[in-house]
Formats: sequence, structure tokens, C-alpha cells
Amino acid sequence: MITAGVDIGSTSSKVVVLEEGEKILSKVIIPVGAGSSGPARAFEQSIREVNLSREDIKRVIATGYGRNTFTGADQQITEITCHARGVYELVPGVKTIIDIGGQDAKAIGIGKGGTVSNFIMNDKCAAGTGRFLEVMSRILEINIEDLADLAASAKNEISISNTCTVFAESEVISQLSTGTAREDVAAGIVQSVVGRVAGLVKRIGVQSEVVMTGGVCLNWMIIKVMEKELDVPVIASPMAQLTGALGAALLAFESAS
Amino acid sequence: MPEKLTSRNLLNQLQTRHYTNAYAAKMKGQLVGWATSIFPQEFCETMGLTVVYPENHAAAVAAKRGALPLLEQAESEGYSVDLCSYARINLAYMKSQAAEIPIPLPDFILCCNNICNTLIKWYENIAAELNIPMILIDVPYNHGYEPTPAAIDYIKSEFGECIRQLEKITGQQFNQERFQEVMILSNENSRAWKRALDLNQAVPAPLNGFELFNYMSQMVCARGRQETGELLKLLIEELEEKIRLGKSCYEDGEKCRVMWDGIACWPHIKHNFKAFEKNGINIVCSSYPEAWVLLYEPGNLDELAKVYSMIGNNTCMEYQADKREREVKNFKLDGILFHVNRSCKVMDFMQYEQQRLVAARTDVSIMNFDGDQADPRNFAAAQFETRLEALMEIVAHNKSAKKSKEVTNNDPA
Repeated sequence: MITAGVDIGSTSSKVVVLEEGEKILSKVIIPVGAGSSGPARAFEQSIREVNLSREDIKRVIATGYGRNTFTGADQQITEITCHARGVYELVPGVKTIIDIGGQDAKAIGIGKGGTVSNFIMNDKCAAGTGRFLEVMSRILEINIEDLADLAASAKNEISISNTCTVFAESEVISQLSTGTAREDVAAGIVQSVVGRVAGLVKRIGVQSEVVMTGGVCLNWMIIKVMEKELDVPVIASPMAQLTGALGAALLAFESAS
Repeated sequence: MPEKLTSRNLLNQLQTRHYTNAYAAKMKGQLVGWATSIFPQEFCETMGLTVVYPENHAAAVAAKRGALPLLEQAESEGYSVDLCSYARINLAYMKSQAAEIPIPLPDFILCCNNICNTLIKWYENIAAELNIPMILIDVPYNHGYEPTPAAIDYIKSEFGECIRQLEKITGQQFNQERFQEVMILSNENSRAWKRALDLNQAVPAPLNGFELFNYMSQMVCARGRQETGELLKLLIEELEEKIRLGKSCYEDGEKCRVMWDGIACWPHIKHNFKAFEKNGINIVCSSYPEAWVLLYEPGNLDELAKVYSMIGNNTCMEYQADKREREVKNFKLDGILFHVNRSCKVMDFMQYEQQRLVAARTDVSIMNFDGDQADPRNFAAAQFETRLEALMEIVAHNKSAKKSKEVTNNDPA
């Protein structure tokens, strides 16, 4: 049986196609999300790559911010449940998930059998999210992928506000205009995101193993600083931003079986 | 054949009358007061005074999507966006009187800080701006489980001062016999309101939570009045009939029973209702409407002082946790939604610890969301929906796990 998970975030669309709930046939990431052509393109590409058509897919589950607008799905499940399922498959000992997506950050407590025991999300604010890192990378004139390496070379990390993206943006501009080294600003940005998200994680209680998902977990400095902040090892999900789509595809397989 | 009067129709009539009567009284040159929502109304009711409630008015304005212009007006006058949105709406209204539902300006104001202390500064502003008298009933916070004897004496002494000030403002004498009648009626209404709220313990619940918020307005504005008793009698009859027929308030049935903790998110109430209905989630109880159940022995001023002192926000952590724990059990709750209300700092301050206490004592699932009682800008629909659906998924999973466990336990093999 072939199933698919489609994770439609605010900044990207991710698809995982699974065979018998085990073998990944294809995985696609397109860097545009809800409200764009991204979800449909990602889905089309994921099935075309393995010479399948929609009829070959027994069940499709959509998740993420744009889950309710994707017409090709049989069911919608929130990213909270899908991330939990995906991580449990990859790291069975998981107890705490930190998911930093494009527009929100969440901490998810995992109970027996990989089920969600509780969760908490950021408030109506972009601080501590992927969007925050995007905005800051633009000001630093670097690709978001290079932010970790730049931050790692900091000599005198500065403090950046984590209460508001707009205020933080003007703070960064002001620091750069007064000659603060870009790497010191980059380290401040990493610390700002970690400080904000670690607050959420502490609220639900930090229990090992802690796994981070979402595109932001590709930033190795965030992982390192998060470990220091929480005082426990933090594992980056092996499937990073595809973890939610994997979880959706697994849930599709389980509900269709 | 004339249509049968429903409690919903009667509620609408009474609420419309409440506001039109206030205007009519003002036009006739009678005194009109503004009062905080849980002010001991027994005193002004005894004096036969016309009183309107700015918090209720601000909620109605927000529910009709009229809040934003008033909020922006208040902010342009210098009030911080971080202040209570009810206060901002009311302080702006006081200046412009620009709202779809008008209320007359007050000749005196009645303030009791049993729900928050922002009220004092808000009402002092009104009194100073309009140059009118303010009667304050200052209620100490209950650090212990109940008010201390000293606190009761203090509150009673303020009752005496309130009567003295009301006599001075109106030029009339306070009538003790009428006071007793009002207290009896207020208790009857509170008992009926409690009965209506408790009927939602039935599975499925006959009333949805958003209706609870609507009926509540009558308890805010007229809990010492005869007509409120008539409304509640009708409501109880309707609810009992629905229970008898086993009718849920949702056509597709009730899939999940939750408590709404905190004030309603008035500007988005229609959206909130649809999101709940779509998921089959019903708010079967809430700390919000329950606040207007005020029971005491009529004539016993110690009890009157105590009941007005023990309002949600004014009670200690342990008292609040015990109350929630009882409600989880009595209303057979699957979850609790905590409204992290940007306007209500005092409530937010206690919420996380309340969540921890209730989670430790019960197996209820907990979710919180950011919103505001009246400022539409402090709410994100997509975030709310995701949290609500995630809660539903957790509850559905827990129910199915519980069911499988029961099947396994009952399996003779």
C-alpha cells in the first residue's frame, strides 16, 4: 500500500511518499508554502518521480498551516500529531519535541507509544521562529544556511531582543551600523531564538530524549546552544523539515490498514 | 398562531430593554450609574437606580466588531495598547459616545476591585474626567482559602459607606425592607443561574458554551430583578426538555467536552463558535459565567461581604485549583482551554500554575491560546484552529486508548 503525507507550512511544502508504511519512495521540499502553488507542485513532483499517479496512493494526509486548503487530501491532521508520529518513528526514545517552523515554534511532550501528552506553542509573534531567522539573515546579507557557521566564529556575542521581530530587526541594524562584527550579531540572533523557544520547552518540562524538527534544526548552532540552554543533549531529527510529512504518511498508512 | 417565546428571544428583549431603559432614564433627568461587573448590585437595586455595566457594554461592542475604532481612539489619546481593552473601549466611548449600542454617560460610578485592580484607575479616570462621585468597595485579595474576619469587617464597613454615599447622591433614604427583598431575589436568581449552568453536566450537554456567555449578560446587568428570574425559569425548562430528549446542542453530536477558562474572545466569538462546532467540541462549563453565581443568606452581611470577596481572580491558587478539579469531575471534561488574555494580566499571571495543578490532579488535556477579550488584533485564527484540532486529536486518542483498555480488561480470555 502506498500512502503520502503533505506538510504545508507557511514557508515551504513538504511531501513524503511511503510504501507499506516503511519504505520512503520519494521526498520533496518546495520552498513556498500555504496559499501558493507549492503544495500541489510538491505533491505532483513526489508522485511523478516514482512514476505513480494519484490513484496509486491509497491515502493522503495533509498537515501544517495550510492543511485545510489542500484539496488532494483524504484527511487533515495537525502538525503537532504528525511531528510526534514522525519523530517517534525516527527516534523511538523521544520524550520531548521542539519544532521550529516558519511562523511558529512548539514544544511537544510525548507519552507512551509516541502519542502527544501535551503541547505548547508560541504566542502571536514571530520571535523565536524560522521567519525571525530569515529576516535576520537578510539583514546580515547571508543565506540562512550560513548563519550557523557565521555565529560559530563570534568572539563577543551580543544580546538581541527576543520579544519582537521588528524591534530585533532595528536592533540588529543599529548594531551593524555602529560597527559590531557580523558574527557577534549572528551569535546574538541564535541565542535570541534559543532563549525564546527554550522558555516554551521548560514550560512543558524537559525530558530526554529531546528531538528538534523543522527547517531550523538544520542550523547546528541552534542545536548546540539549545543543548546548553536546556542542559540536555538535543538530537536533530534525521529528516528535519520532512518529519511532519513522514508522520502524516505513517498515520495515513495506519488509518488505511 | 403566535410563536412561542424562547429564552433566547426573551434574553434579546431584556438586553435591548436594559440599554433603552437606561437612555430613557437619562432623558427623563434621572440619575444613571456605571458599575463594574461584579459590584454588589444589591445596594443600587435597593435604591431603584438605573445602572449600566461598561464591561458588558465593551463586550457587546466588541462582539459586534465595533471595538477597533474605539481602541484606536483611546490609543491616540495616550492609553497604552498594553492596557485592558475593556478599559480602552470604555474610556474612548466616554469621550466620543461612538458605538452601535449607545449607553448614557454616568452621573455616578460604582467600582469594586474584586475582579482586578485596573478597574480602580480606570474608574478614577472616569470620575475625574466627568467630575462625578465614585463609590469604591475595596476588597482585599484572599491569600488564604477564605477572607479573614478582618477583611470581612473591612468590606462591611465599606458597605456602610456605600449606603451613606448613595443616600447623599440620590437624596433618598436606604430602605432596609427593600434591601432584604432584593437580596432574596438576587439569591433566587443566582440559584437558578447555578441550576442552568449545572444542567450542562448532562451528557450530551443541552447548551453550548457561547450561549452560556450570552445568557450571562443578564446576570451581569440585572441579577436582582424579577425579569431575570423569568428568563432563567424559561431557560431551565428548555434545557430540561433537551436533556429529557437526549438532545445535543450540535446536530452531529458532542465529541468532546471542555471548559473555557477565562473571558470570551468577544471580537472572534463567531469564528470560535464555528471552530468548536466543526470539531464537535462543546464548552460545557466555564469559569466566566460561573462568576455571577453569588449565594449567601439574605440579610447576613458577613456572607454578603464574603461572597463578593471570593470572586475567581481574588481567590488563592489552591481554592481555584480545587474548583477546577471539581468541575473536571462534575462536568465529565475531556479538556480545558485556557484563554491567555492579553487584557487580563491578573488572570494570566495565575494560569500556568493553575494548568500545572489541574494537570497533576486530573487526566484532563490542556490547551492554551492567545487572544483578547475585546481587542481583535491580539488573536490569530489559524493558530487557534491548529491548537483546537490538536487538542481534539489528543482527546480522541485518549478516548480510544481508554476504550481498548476496557475491552481488554473485559475480555474473559
